[in-house]
Parts: sequence; C-alpha cells; structure tokens
Amino acid sequence: MTGVVASARAFWRWLTSMRTALLLLLLLAVAAVPGSIFPQRNVSVESVGAYQTQRPELSRWLDRFGFFDVYASVWFSAVYLLLFVSLVGCLVPRLRLHLRNLVMRPPDAPARLERLPHYAASTDDRPPAAAAEAIRVSLRRGRWRTAVRQHEDGTVTVAAEKGYLKETGNLVFHFALLALLVGVALGSWYGWHGNRLVVAGEDGFCNTVMQYDEYGLGARTGPGDLPPFCLRLVDFSAEFLDNGQPVQYTADVVYTEGGAEERPYRLRVNEPLRLDGANVYLLGHGYAPVLRFTDPSGTTREEPWPFLPDDAMLTSSGVAKYDLAELDTGLAGVYLPTLPDDPSVQRSAFPAERDPALMLVAYQGDLGLGTGLPQSVYELDQGQIDRGELVEVGRSMLRPGDSWRLPDGSTVEFVGTRPWITVSVRHEPGERIVLFGAVALLAGLMVSLSGRRRRVWARVVPDGDGRSLISLGGLTRSEYPGFAAEFERVTQITRGEQRTPLATANERGT
Amino acid sequence: MAELSNQLLPVAVLAYLVAMLGYLAEYAFGGRGMVARAAARPARELVGAGVGGSGSAAPAGDAGVLTAGVLTRDPSTAPEVKKGPLHAGAVAVWFTVFAAIAHLATLVTRGLAAGRVPWGNMYEFVLALSFVGVVTWLVLVFARPALRPLGLFVTLALVLILGFAGMVLYTEAAPLVPALNSYWLKIHVSAAAIASGLLLIGFVPAVLFLIRSAYDRGKRSFPASIGARLPEAEALERLTFRLHAFAFPIWTFAIMAGAIWAEAAWGRYWGWDPKETWSFVSWVAYAAYLHARVTPSVKRTVATWFAVAAWITMVVNLYVINFVAVGLHSYAT
Repeated sequence: MTGVVASARAFWRWLTSMRTALLLLLLLAVAAVPGSIFPQRNVSVESVGAYQTQRPELSRWLDRFGFFDVYASVWFSAVYLLLFVSLVGCLVPRLRLHLRNLVMRPPDAPARLERLPHYAASTDDRPPAAAAEAIRVSLRRGRWRTAVRQHEDGTVTVAAEKGYLKETGNLVFHFALLALLVGVALGSWYGWHGNRLVVAGEDGFCNTVMQYDEYGLGARTGPGDLPPFCLRLVDFSAEFLDNGQPVQYTADVVYTEGGAEERPYRLRVNEPLRLDGANVYLLGHGYAPVLRFTDPSGTTREEPWPFLPDDAMLTSSGVAKYDLAELDTGLAGVYLPTLPDDPSVQRSAFPAERDPALMLVAYQGDLGLGTGLPQSVYELDQGQIDRGELVEVGRSMLRPGDSWRLPDGSTVEFVGTRPWITVSVRHEPGERIVLFGAVALLAGLMVSLSGRRRRVWARVVPDGDGRSLISLGGLTRSEYPGFAAEFERVTQITRGEQRTPLATANERGT
Repeated sequence: MAELSNQLLPVAVLAYLVAMLGYLAEYAFGGRGMVARAAARPARELVGAGVGGSGSAAPAGDAGVLTAGVLTRDPSTAPEVKKGPLHAGAVAVWFTVFAAIAHLATLVTRGLAAGRVPWGNMYEFVLALSFVGVVTWLVLVFARPALRPLGLFVTLALVLILGFAGMVLYTEAAPLVPALNSYWLKIHVSAAAIASGLLLIGFVPAVLFLIRSAYDRGKRSFPASIGARLPEAEALERLTFRLHAFAFPIWTFAIMAGAIWAEAAWGRYWGWDPKETWSFVSWVAYAAYLHARVTPSVKRTVATWFAVAAWITMVVNLYVINFVAVGLHSYAT
C-alpha cells in the first residue's frame, strides 16, 4: 500500500516538474501536426469522404486512431489534459508561495554579501540603526520592499526586493491558459451552428434544426435552445475586377427576431449579423437558374434550382428534378455566367453574368425519389443512369428566355437566374471567456517577460567608535543585464553625503 | 507604380548581395579571424627566413621587402589587412541601410499601386516580414557594433527570401478579395509580419550560438569551424533570448487578432485550419523554448535547439502550408 502511495507521489512529482511540462508542450506541438496533413471532419466532411474512397485500407486504420478527428481524439486530449493537470500541479504551490512572498518580509541578508554577484562597501558616520534607517528610506523611495532586522551583535541588516510583478505576470499567464480551456469547453457544450443555402426572393428560413442543411449542437444543447428568428435574402450583388477576382459581396437580408417586425441588414463577409444568441455569417454565393417546366399535360411549375460553383469564374453545376406520376424528368446542367469565346470549353470566362448560358442534359425515366433513400439535390443518382432507369433524351444550350421542347412534349424554359447565398448561423457562448483569457494571457506574458526580480541587502556593522561599516550585496533572479547599473545607483544613494566609500576610509586609517 | 515596385525589388536584392559580400570580406579577412591569423603567419615565418638569410635582425614589418624575391608579398597590403576589412564591414552596413530603403520603397510603391496596405498576399507578406527583419538587424548592429559579423548570415537569409519571393511568389498588384477586406488585415497580418521578421532575426544568433558553443567544446569540423570568428557564445545566447522574448508576445497577439478576425469572417475563432494549426504549433514550440530557457536543469544549447525547431515550424507554415494544404488561408498565396 505504501508502495502505491510512494509511486503515486513519484508520478505526481514527475508530472508537475518543469521538464515534464516541457516534454508535454513538445508532444502537443507534434500531436497537432497530423490535423494539417489528413483531412479533418470538423473542417470538411466531404474531403474526409473523398480521402476514404481514395485510400480505403489506410483510412480504416487512420480512422481507428482518430486521425480524421485529431483535435477530438483520445491521444490529443490526453496530451493537453495531462499538460493542464501538470500546469495546475505546478501553479497551485507557486501561487501559494507567491502570495506568501507578497505578505512576508524579504529574507534576511546572507552571511557573506561579498560572495554575491554585486557587492559594494562603504562607511557611515552614524550608528548602525540610523544608517540602516537611511538606507531603508532611500530604498523605499525607489519602490523597493524593505525589511530591517536588528541582530544581537549590534548588526542591522536591510533586505530589499523588487520585481514581484514578474511572478504575478507569470501566474496570470498560466491561469489564463486554464481560462482559455474552460472557454473552449463551454463553447463545445453550449454552442451550436447551422448552415443553410438561401435563394434570393424565396421565403428564407427560421432558426430551427429542421430548416438547416447541416447543423451541429453542443453536447449540452438541445434543438429547443435555438433562439427564434427568421431570415430571408432580398438581393445579392458581387463586384469583380476585370480578371475575375472578387472585390465585394453584399447580401441584403431581412430578419425578424422573436416575432418583432422585419428589419433589413446588409450582410457582408467581414460584417456578420449579430443577433441575440446567434450570429449570421455570409459564407458563399452562387447562381440558381430559374426554370419553367411544363409537363405534357400542360401543368406548369417555375422554380429556382441552386447550382454549386465549380471554379473561381463561377462555372456552376446542378440539377433540376421533376418527379411526375408516369415519367420523371431530370435535367443535369452546367451554368456559365459568361460564355467563353470557344463554347466547347464549358468553363465560364467571368464570374458575373455578362453572357449567360445554361447547358442542359435531359434524362427521363425514374429518378428513384420514391425509394426513400436520401439523394443529392445537386446531382442525379448515377446508379439510376447506370441501371438504365434514367435515359438521356437530349442536350441543349439555353440563353435566358429560350425554351426547349423535350421528346415527350414537355418544355423547359430558362427564365433567368436568382442569386443564392450560404449562411452559417453560430452561437459560441465560450467566446467571451476565451477572449478574456487571451487578453489576460498576453498581459501576463508581457509582464512576465519584461519583469525582473532582484534583491539588495545591506549589512550595517558597528565599527566600535559610533560609526558604521556598510556592505551592500545584490542579486538578480532573472535575465537582467542592466542590474549592474541599477546596483551602482543603489550604492550611490546609500552612500549619500556624510558617508564615505570604504576605499577612502582605508586610506584614512593608514 | 506597380512597375516601379517590381524594379525596386532587384535593386534591394542586389544591394543586400553587395552588403553580404562586404560582410563576407570582413568575415574572411577580419582582425581576429582564423584567416587573418593564417594570412599573418607566413609573414612571421618570412621574418625568420630573412633573419637567417641576411644575418641581421629585421623588424617584422620589413619581412615582405626582405624576401620580395622569394614570396611575392606587397608590403602595402600589410596595414590593409587590419584596416580594409573593418572598412568592408562598415560599408556593408551602409549598403544594408541602402538596401533597406529600396526594400521599403518596394513595399510603399506596391501599396500605392494596389491602393491598400502592402501585405495582402504571400509575396507582399514575405516582403513585409523580411523588411521587419532588416530593420531589426540595423537597430541591433547600430546599438551593438560587435554583432556585425552576424550581418553575413542576415543578408544571406534576406537575399534568399527576397529572391524566392521575386521569382516564385510574385503576384500582380491588385485589390483585396472580400474575405481580406477588413481592418483586421492591418492588425493581424502586420503583427504576424513583425513577429515573423523578429523571429527570423532571432533565428540567426540561435544557430550561431549553437555553432559557437560547438566550437567552444572543441569541435573544428565545418559548421563549428565558423565559430572562431563569431561573437562570444554567451552574448549570442542572450541576444537570441531577448529577440525571442520580444517577438513571442507579438506572435501571441498576431494569433489572437487572427482569431478575432476569424470570428467575424468565418464565424469561429478557431477552426484548426492548416494555417491556424501551424501557427499553434509554432506558438507551442516558441513557448517551449522560453520555458526551456527558464528551466535550470535544461542546458542553454538544448533550449536553443527548441528555438531552431520552432523557426522551422514557422518556415513550414509560411512556405509549405501555403502551397500544399488547402485551407481558408489559401488566398494568401
């Protein structure tokens, strides 16, 4: 039993040692690296999927060891939790010591001041008590913490210390790290996010998990915790340079919060809409071709189909699906906002709509929508095409206003396009704590790196005829090349007028 | 303006190159260097030879004259061995100043051409951070001329960095993409450039300290052999620490400002984007260096290795991540 306790104590000592903290810091740095090498689920689920299909065998092993979720993996968590335990184990005793140092008087002068890195000696015409008092007063004026001690042999010592802020800053820095961790943890428990594509002129969406294309709730958050608000997109505009580089995106949205009346907001990339308990960010944009589809029976429907951009020039691809009673129609399309000089390139020449064209491939048969299996809204099910359940019936290039008659008598009219945006709605309650922690961290860091802890002692010894021999010693406890100069100043202050340096005293003696 | 900026860059690079040659001259023929001693040695031997040959006690300064027929050694070079290199070093510093002015002009004209701060893409960022580096170097060398031998390595690094920027990273001057169009660009990226520039200059004494302390331990093979002409190990180490201690809070601030900006632009303050991941790795690595530096049981050489490793993570973050990893910071290339 004592063996267990002993080894537990040994382990604790090892864990809270500075060398172990150093080792864990290095481990943390190394452990963070795989997250930038392998695709991460928290960054992009799609790239993880693509990687898995590319290298299925390797991916199985990588996944088993959490390489697709590095920052939530057991080993990464183990490293930083051990580091924080080590930190606490190291900080608590240091905090106690520092508090005691702040309350207690500076320690008494060591026996042999001349052995310290900085040393000076002088004499004083006054008796030790008065000389020591003068030294104390002048040091105190220089904002040194001082303590005067009277010894039995008549010696009086003055102990002075300065630079307590260094350790204070150091402790603030390390406790701020803990605050940061708490903030991150709170965010992951009580935070949530949802992403959603909104087409201009449509109804928009309201803040419920059902209405998001993709969402994530924190460990302690339920669907009911989402604050009520609704948002719709009125219009979107993008400015481009002549080379196609975007300059500004502007989304004019209208929102209502908790049943209040509608308010407009100009949403931009660096200007999120900040609501009570949720922020709305503009993430992406694209075109949604509006198609008027008339089936053979004459029923007409008109709706926008959001196409996803494939490149920087906004060549966009997508699909329109018409699930009809007898014969389904699927239109796979590529939209070019600006048709290039050579149309066979099938890549847009410019991201704005200078010469728009919609390339469509029509398929008819069974879309497979009735199977109940989830399908992409941006592409046709390749399986249905491979099995021959969907058959290509024609291809066409449409300009806005063009109509296209399919073999079965349906017509497709390319009415025009509407812009769409993707928004991310997020709530991150740990943010304030993290920000506070980060500011405290920086402040503590700067104080700790610039602070200098140093001590000065004076030993005032009676010389037998009512005068005093003074020896001064100084010691820095951290990197401080300027201390020699400061010590020199201290010795000059303590010498004053009526006192004479020891060298002169020696000459007088001979 | 953009054209002017493009023409100023080679001027800066060439001036750094000339400065480098000046430092090199000082380094190779400098007073207390091995080369200088080696150059001085034959002269002393010649004195001996002269003494033996003529039978008269000739002063050392006449050695060259005495044996002019045996070993051609122009007597006028003798005083120059002492004076010339010092001159070369001072000239090198002034060439560095000139290069830094051209460097600054490159940045300013670039900014004027693009109508914004000149650190909106990787090319400009590298230009900006290396400018911070050279300013740091000039401040150091004017404050402490004893550090001048380091100039060779500083200008070597600058020539390499700027040459690579001009040849590989170059991009046309253009306005910003929407994601970068924020006042945080001024705060976050300038802080990152300042910290990177300082850490670049901090890397030089770190490596030289390791070389010098290997030399002091008695090693004489290649990298350690340079140590003979370097400042004292302790001075290099202290400089390394002070530069890092100064740069680390700025780097911390750069990451914090980046997180605040990321919250406004992308909706989260931290998302383990490759760039974020590597700046975290660098931060931890530099924290480890500073931590090791204050841990009494860790040797100064070991601690300095941490700083070297940390700088490697910075280089990976700047060059490798921008080209290889696809992330939200990709527009930086």
